[in-house]
Amino acid sequence: MKFSGFKVIKEALTGHKGWAPLWRDPDPQPAYDFVIVGGGGHGLATAFHLAATFGQARIAVLEKGWLGSGNIGRNTTIIRSNYLLPGNQPFYEFSMKLWESMEQDLNFNAMVSQRGILNLFHSDGQRDAYRRRGNAMHLSGADAELLDQQAVRAMYPWLNFDNARFPIKGGLLQRRAGTARHDGVAWGYARAADQRGVDIIQNCEVTGFRIDQGRVLGVETSRGFIGAGKVGVAVAGSSSRVMQMAGMRLPIESHVLQAFVSEGLKPVIDGVITFGAGHFYVSQSDKGGLVFGGDIDGYNSYAQRGNLPVVEDVLEGGMALMPRIGRARLLRSWGGVMDMSMDGSPIIDRTPVEGLYLNAGWCYGGFKATPASGYAFAHLLATNTPHETATAYRLDRFARGHVIDEKGVGATPNLH
Amino acid sequence: MTRVSGGLIDRSRSLTFTFNGQSYAGHPGDTLASALMANGVRLVGRSFKYHRPRGIFSAGSEEPNALVTLRSSARAEPNTRATVAELYDGLEASSQNHVGPLGFDLLAVNDLMAPFFAAGFYYKTFMWPRAFWERLYEPMIRRAAGLGRLSDLPDPDAYDRGYLHCDVLIIGGGAAGLMAALSAGRAGARVILADEDFRLGGRLLAESDPIDDAPAPQWVERVEAELRSLPNVRILTRTTVFGAYDHGIYGAVERVADHLATPGDGVRQTLWRITAKRAVLAAGATERHVPFADNDRPGILLSGAMRAYANRWSVAPVAKADDPVAIFTTCDDGHRTARDLLAKGVNLIGVVDARADAPAGKDYEVFAGGLVTGTRGRRGLTSIRLRHGGQDRWIDCTALGVAGGWNPNVHLASHHRGRPVWDDTRLAFLPGDGGPGGLIPAGACAGKGSTAAALADGAAAAETALTALGITARTPDMPRAEDHADRPSAIWHVPGKGRAWVDFQNDVTVKDIQLSHKENMRSVEHMKRWTTLGMATDQGKTSNVTALAVMAEMTERSIPQTGTTIFRPPYTGVSLGVLGGGDTGADFRPRRLTPTHHWAETQGAVFVEVGPWMRAQYFPQPGETHWRQSVDREALAVRAGVGLCDVTTLGKIDVQGADARDFLNRVYANMMGTLQVGRTRYGLMLREDGTLFDDGTCARLAEDHYVVTTTTANAGAVYRNMEFARQCLWPDLDVQLISTTDAWAQIAVAGPKSRQLLTRITDGADLSNAAFPFMACANLTVCGGLRARLFRISFSGELAYEIAVPARYGAALMQRLMEEGADLGVTPYGTETLAVLRIEKGHAAGAELNGQTTAQMLGLGRMVSAKKDSIGAVMSRREGLAADTRRLVGLVPVDPAQKVTAGAHLFTKGAVQNTVTDQGWITSACHSPHLGHAIGLGFLEHGDTRIGEIITAANPLEGQEVALRVASAHFVDPEGERLRD
Amino acid sequence: MLIPHPLLGLRDAQEFTYLGDAALIDRPDPEAGEAAFASYVYDRDNPAGLHRELWFHEQGDRSWLVVTRDTLTHEILGAELARNVARTRRAGA
Repeated sequence: MKFSGFKVIKEALTGHKGWAPLWRDPDPQPAYDFVIVGGGGHGLATAFHLAATFGQARIAVLEKGWLGSGNIGRNTTIIRSNYLLPGNQPFYEFSMKLWESMEQDLNFNAMVSQRGILNLFHSDGQRDAYRRRGNAMHLSGADAELLDQQAVRAMYPWLNFDNARFPIKGGLLQRRAGTARHDGVAWGYARAADQRGVDIIQNCEVTGFRIDQGRVLGVETSRGFIGAGKVGVAVAGSSSRVMQMAGMRLPIESHVLQAFVSEGLKPVIDGVITFGAGHFYVSQSDKGGLVFGGDIDGYNSYAQRGNLPVVEDVLEGGMALMPRIGRARLLRSWGGVMDMSMDGSPIIDRTPVEGLYLNAGWCYGGFKATPASGYAFAHLLATNTPHETATAYRLDRFARGHVIDEKGVGATPNLH
Repeated sequence: MTRVSGGLIDRSRSLTFTFNGQSYAGHPGDTLASALMANGVRLVGRSFKYHRPRGIFSAGSEEPNALVTLRSSARAEPNTRATVAELYDGLEASSQNHVGPLGFDLLAVNDLMAPFFAAGFYYKTFMWPRAFWERLYEPMIRRAAGLGRLSDLPDPDAYDRGYLHCDVLIIGGGAAGLMAALSAGRAGARVILADEDFRLGGRLLAESDPIDDAPAPQWVERVEAELRSLPNVRILTRTTVFGAYDHGIYGAVERVADHLATPGDGVRQTLWRITAKRAVLAAGATERHVPFADNDRPGILLSGAMRAYANRWSVAPVAKADDPVAIFTTCDDGHRTARDLLAKGVNLIGVVDARADAPAGKDYEVFAGGLVTGTRGRRGLTSIRLRHGGQDRWIDCTALGVAGGWNPNVHLASHHRGRPVWDDTRLAFLPGDGGPGGLIPAGACAGKGSTAAALADGAAAAETALTALGITARTPDMPRAEDHADRPSAIWHVPGKGRAWVDFQNDVTVKDIQLSHKENMRSVEHMKRWTTLGMATDQGKTSNVTALAVMAEMTERSIPQTGTTIFRPPYTGVSLGVLGGGDTGADFRPRRLTPTHHWAETQGAVFVEVGPWMRAQYFPQPGETHWRQSVDREALAVRAGVGLCDVTTLGKIDVQGADARDFLNRVYANMMGTLQVGRTRYGLMLREDGTLFDDGTCARLAEDHYVVTTTTANAGAVYRNMEFARQCLWPDLDVQLISTTDAWAQIAVAGPKSRQLLTRITDGADLSNAAFPFMACANLTVCGGLRARLFRISFSGELAYEIAVPARYGAALMQRLMEEGADLGVTPYGTETLAVLRIEKGHAAGAELNGQTTAQMLGLGRMVSAKKDSIGAVMSRREGLAADTRRLVGLVPVDPAQKVTAGAHLFTKGAVQNTVTDQGWITSACHSPHLGHAIGLGFLEHGDTRIGEIITAANPLEGQEVALRVASAHFVDPEGERLRD
Repeated sequence: MLIPHPLLGLRDAQEFTYLGDAALIDRPDPEAGEAAFASYVYDRDNPAGLHRELWFHEQGDRSWLVVTRDTLTHEILGAELARNVARTRRAGA
């Protein structure tokens, strides 16, 4: 079934009798050519691209719970390609381009909204660092603008310019950045993959890998053994737990990142704003909630919930930057478990086990990467060679000394 | 007016308030909702999606409909539930989410378009043409969405935060909570009793059933009086415990002044972080409704709320006293409302009880096995359709109470993601295992809803808590109270053709859930996300369980098989202002001041934020109108004479002990073990991953005494890492560390005349080049006996010293140096000049030492000793680091009139410019007053072999491109003769 | 969170700075080579369950602690002075 305005009107007039399931609930086949472990954004996007872009068939996605139950539905929905390092920026710019055509590619409105992201700076040093970054963005084909204080004031006159501990001196603006409806991304990929014959198997937990003589043969699951030509693991947040079943230790720690949404409000903030001197970033959803967050809690956790000090820290930043939000109310907070990698950058690579591939280490930035991650992982699975924008995401880069450390904090995952 | 008799309002006083500009009166004890109801106001708001007319639905914090904007201008408080807004004189409220007047909302057209807005519709359309989403569709949706409007002015009120500790925190001051507090309080435990209401009592205030044969509120008052007399009990009313965090920490917000027109000099709200050894969750229960066609009209209320309004607030939800009222119930509880309304003289036309075995009514008609299948009344209920005995008929009715049973308020018990468990007898979710440690649910939130059961359970919970804490408790005598076990029935909604609302605020109907099921959004989480059920400001308090039941019916599974629903903090909305705790504006972070700060103020210094510090940026003199004039003057003065700069912010770490030498040799990458007493050495510290961590100096003041300096930014991190090395890596070394950054004021004295100046204050010390050469250090005294440390080190490239004195003498030392140096032209300089001087000298600073740099990149690769073990040494030899060919270079514009811009990227002249051809970037740049043109430092591929080459600095971000000549990074005195002079 | 400091009793976790897995105490012998160091610096067990981890009492007595905590529930089972742990491990090695 194709979604369209016409279809919506037709169904509205005929009592919504013609809608069909967005995806099937098939029973698992005994074996597939490709088994993707993890029915989150990255796993679903991988399956979609395997089928749609690389013409592969016999593909299954195995999801422990309900599809999209992981970080794809627990993030602050920001999409951007404003990275600094050459190992990252072209990949995220590729992702941005895929966002820009996603709805047409998937025939699903994921509400990709290019509202712009503004990173504020507060010192000459930060400005210089943002200039370096903005230029790196331009050089990769992305857009960026360096705004002075006056230009920032024109965009957001109600920010705290006059009574700030760290005065706003300007900002780096990427207009093509923005937000997308996170659940919609998972659903759009799931539906489009399903339409192309991918079996999405929910409530199917992988409990082990069957490996023989260094080669993966399939996965043990809560619904029995499923054979596989190739297995791709895309379970960020749980990567260490899953890969441990294949005998691997990863350069990853799991940390909890909290996110927050306020009660619905009439339009307050048009784009995304990040506050460089505090630990705060914010946007407003189409429904009117202010969606915001800050730092990770900072300790290893699989608990999907955080603690009060970070809540306070985030809102200190929020109030310092935007004193008008004081009388809005926090509606809900939640926690997601992040794969915090040792250099803050992801891994898309083969593993020492033949036929077993890993997509992991997305830190708190996996959402924006979803389309490119799926594309690049599918590329790797289908062709056995990395996609040209993802060549730096090697598992051995740590041992070899080719880390991609955007923040320059080294092997301390809670600081990335 | 529709006031009835009795109640807990103070009729002796009147309060005036306005709603949508119209003036009304109420009484102390009223909420905005009860006062509006007493004035016959029924239409108070509009729903989110369809803009349906809505009235007051509940009497508590679960309210989905009666949301108003309280106050105005900078204090405007959108989405405030009228049901919990305490009335005060002069209260100002207005309705929200409508275009035009509330009664004639233009967006009510959405309701006619409702078939087009079914669950998930927006995922299926608005995709063509692509650009129209941002330009047309989305702005339209955003304008229509949202609820209240936030002021664009800063919140003018103050907030505070505080920390409380107790043995037992009791959450909820109803029957169970009061009894728990009484038990624990009498036992001498430190008790905090918190309730969201402005009056203790919870549901006891809303019921007519007596306790010990007297009205329940009298018992509440007696208990409260006793609790207030106990010094170990703290009562927090108007306080919502909104979240259960780890290790017995609870977040609570006290609405200190929300019941006043303004907070005056006080705070509006306080955020309490309560650390409790045990907690009793006595949060009560929330009544659920029963969806039926058009069940959302003003005048349709929860039956228990109707009872609460009658008993506590002495008001009936009707416009005129004799308007007809009915009850629709699926359980016995609806009959309690009927009884109480009759007692208040309300015109009750009967109780529609969906159960065939409904109890007979005392003095009122019961329609056993009956259903309400429809309603009429555009802006307020006028009639209901009753299906009874196989017949449908319309009955005039202006208010309908709906009773569908009660959902225990298990929220906090599931904040640690423990799932509630379904109880088939009570037809409700109860707190399950895996709740927050030490949290004991009691009373209605544990499924013990009768007054007697709640009282007993509260006492029992307190006893459990006290026993665990080793406190002996005596169970208090139980008062006599009603003990009626409700008989809920599994009638979850009334099937039918019309739209039956499940989630009122977000306009989610039974049909939406059915559609969600049809589209395979069957997991509860999918259904909620597809339909937006439970995502509104009430967080599904009145809708979640009902929706689950409707979904269960469609999947033909039981409710627990279908799913559970857990809750996340906060329990109810918490203002963002109070979560920030008041640390806002200029007080957002502490402001660290250097010892000479006040002196610098008197010199007219301009200050700049440097991390937590405020530092003098430059010292403008009369006639200087641009910062460059001041900085050029300061820099030239240093190179020609002598300048003074407060460098106290550099980290200082005292290292002492027999093994201090060994320890430092392992912490620094370069050889430090050979440093002699009385000498200072530049040092590099690496992270264990081999990347450059920090640089600074290490001075050996005595055999077993060193002083390490760090950069300002890394002062804390370096100390932390050194302690890690000491305690975790080499615990057997005899070495002690202490940070003395705050203990010593340090002033750089730089320039060719620095020796001359210092000699005037150093109590006869021999500072000659022979006696105190470059990189010497010493303990000495200055100004006639003041102990000091002197280091002959230089950041500027000139003959220079840094002198340290106890911090309290820092300002005095600065003043003395200024006086003593007047004839030498001594010049104070700030961070700008400091930066210019170090760029001219080619010293790395924060822009170069950004955590991504290796010693090799700075041209200092050979300093990393291969002869010893030190942190990071092994990893610095990894292939990726060793093969890095980027090197620090100096950069000069080919055209001296051109600027050098930090952040520009470097390219081979004439090369295509992209990520792949990128050759480096400019880290720092300034105008060099010494050279008379701009200069820069940067990292460039093979930079060490490209001196003299003309390259391109590209700044496409700002549309600039400049030709630069690669030069040595040492623009000043490359041989270092001035340093050693 | 509250951390049971072995010398100072229960302290708020906000007084501490977190580092990570207590295996960071076990720095390889300098002769062990790059691979051993790479594993030490980068690879982690990252268990879902009991985790021995390093916390620095930065706003307190500046002790490094080894805290045993459950990463699924955040329950803390104990805390020791890291220096004692390190000494014991070295004595045992």
